[in-house]
Amino acid sequence: MFTDFNLKVIEPTELVDTARTLKAEGYRMVQICATRIPDAYELTYSFDKDLELHHYRVILPEGKEIQSITDSYFAAFVYENEIKDLFGINITHIALDFQGGFFVTNEPTPWKDSK
Amino acid sequence: MAKQTIIPFGPQHPVLPEPIHLDLVLEDEKVVQAIPSIGFIHRGLEKLVEKKEYTELMYVTERICGICAFGHNWGYCHAIEILLNVEVPERAEYLRVMWHEMSRVHSHLLWLGLLADAFGFESLFMHCWRLREGILDLFEKTTGGRVIFSVNKIGGVHRDVSPEMLLEISTVIAGMKKEYDELAKVFIEDVSVKNRTVGVGKVSKEDAAALCAVGPTARGSGVPFDIRSTGHSIYGKLGFEPIVEEGGDCYARALVRVKEVYQSMEMIQKIIAEMPEGEISVNVKGKPEGEFMARVEQPRGESCYYVKGNGTKNLERMRVRTPTNINVPFLVSALAGCELADVPVIVLSIDPCISCTER
Repeated sequence: MFTDFNLKVIEPTELVDTARTLKAEGYRMVQICATRIPDAYELTYSFDKDLELHHYRVILPEGKEIQSITDSYFAAFVYENEIKDLFGINITHIALDFQGGFFVTNEPTPWKDSK
Repeated sequence: MAKQTIIPFGPQHPVLPEPIHLDLVLEDEKVVQAIPSIGFIHRGLEKLVEKKEYTELMYVTERICGICAFGHNWGYCHAIEILLNVEVPERAEYLRVMWHEMSRVHSHLLWLGLLADAFGFESLFMHCWRLREGILDLFEKTTGGRVIFSVNKIGGVHRDVSPEMLLEISTVIAGMKKEYDELAKVFIEDVSVKNRTVGVGKVSKEDAAALCAVGPTARGSGVPFDIRSTGHSIYGKLGFEPIVEEGGDCYARALVRVKEVYQSMEMIQKIIAEMPEGEISVNVKGKPEGEFMARVEQPRGESCYYVKGNGTKNLERMRVRTPTNINVPFLVSALAGCELADVPVIVLSIDPCISCTER
């Protein structure tokens, strides 16, 4: 079992190219996780190759938007819509964009102002 | 272009015990596109990290799902054990894998029954579920629970299993295998099963890989991805090899699960035969600090458990990515081009668990 957390922090502008490169190298997208931190969001993109995980992290300042990686990994639409619905992060160019209606929530973007 | 009609499928549908909605765009009887919607019962369990201590989350994670409760609990437990640098005793690892593989047997039997039910083979459905009861009885005898076991703890397991009980498990599994032979033969050879599954909902190996599919869904399309291949816990000692089928259709996905039941039964027998003596847990001190993502091969596929600790009793973040989450895009692809009558069988073929997805 792997016990390391292979993490690389990248700029928001590097994300789409990074995803394209990883796709070309045969990486599988595993998940995207958003975490609320003071005045920003931490977006962690996880990829797998040969059963080893690699994580790429983007620190996205509050109010900024970020581009979708669905042109490389169509399956990312599930996570990107979830993040959009729960955290209110504006993710642009999602291949299948539910415009904030993927999840049914009692209030809009319930995890936006966490903590 | 032929006239298009949109038919809503779910969130309440006879083949779906849980809510998922699909907008099926049809041309005559052919589905040209399927647009999914989930999130009808999203519970926001991940948010509970703000209020619950990391030890209390043990009870939250096993309530993510009523079928693979043990695996969710194990995955979370493992992530915390890595952060706390805890080495779990070998006997506890053997017990964990035994219960986990028993969970796979009961989950696959449940699914095989549901598949039979979806195409109207009621007697097959009943036999699958009758057989499954035997596994639930073993859970009850060894853990005290049939659905939620609460047997894992950070650092090991709460309960040991006596040699007499291990012998009973071995005997029950051996007897179950004989009965399962008859059921498996029906799933593999029966013409009415083949009529409804062969060539239905086909997805190529390349597409399944591109859609990041996991579990029997991916392996049914020839993608040999299985977290147990890493040899984590004791899987390396058990000589695990993933079961792969190349067909890419509903039949191939069913075959993978049919064969995985045999594989899990064999692993359980091997675990019982090789069960080491020793402690079942270690004392754990400290608060989790740092971050880690653990992965477990649940019956439906790879599940991920991300935890981020800050040295306090409350985690900063816990994230669970379940297999159905990532298999939804595969489902959308499998439905494109199918006949309307095949939609229920294709939806079931990914073994959707909306309870997991709506964590």
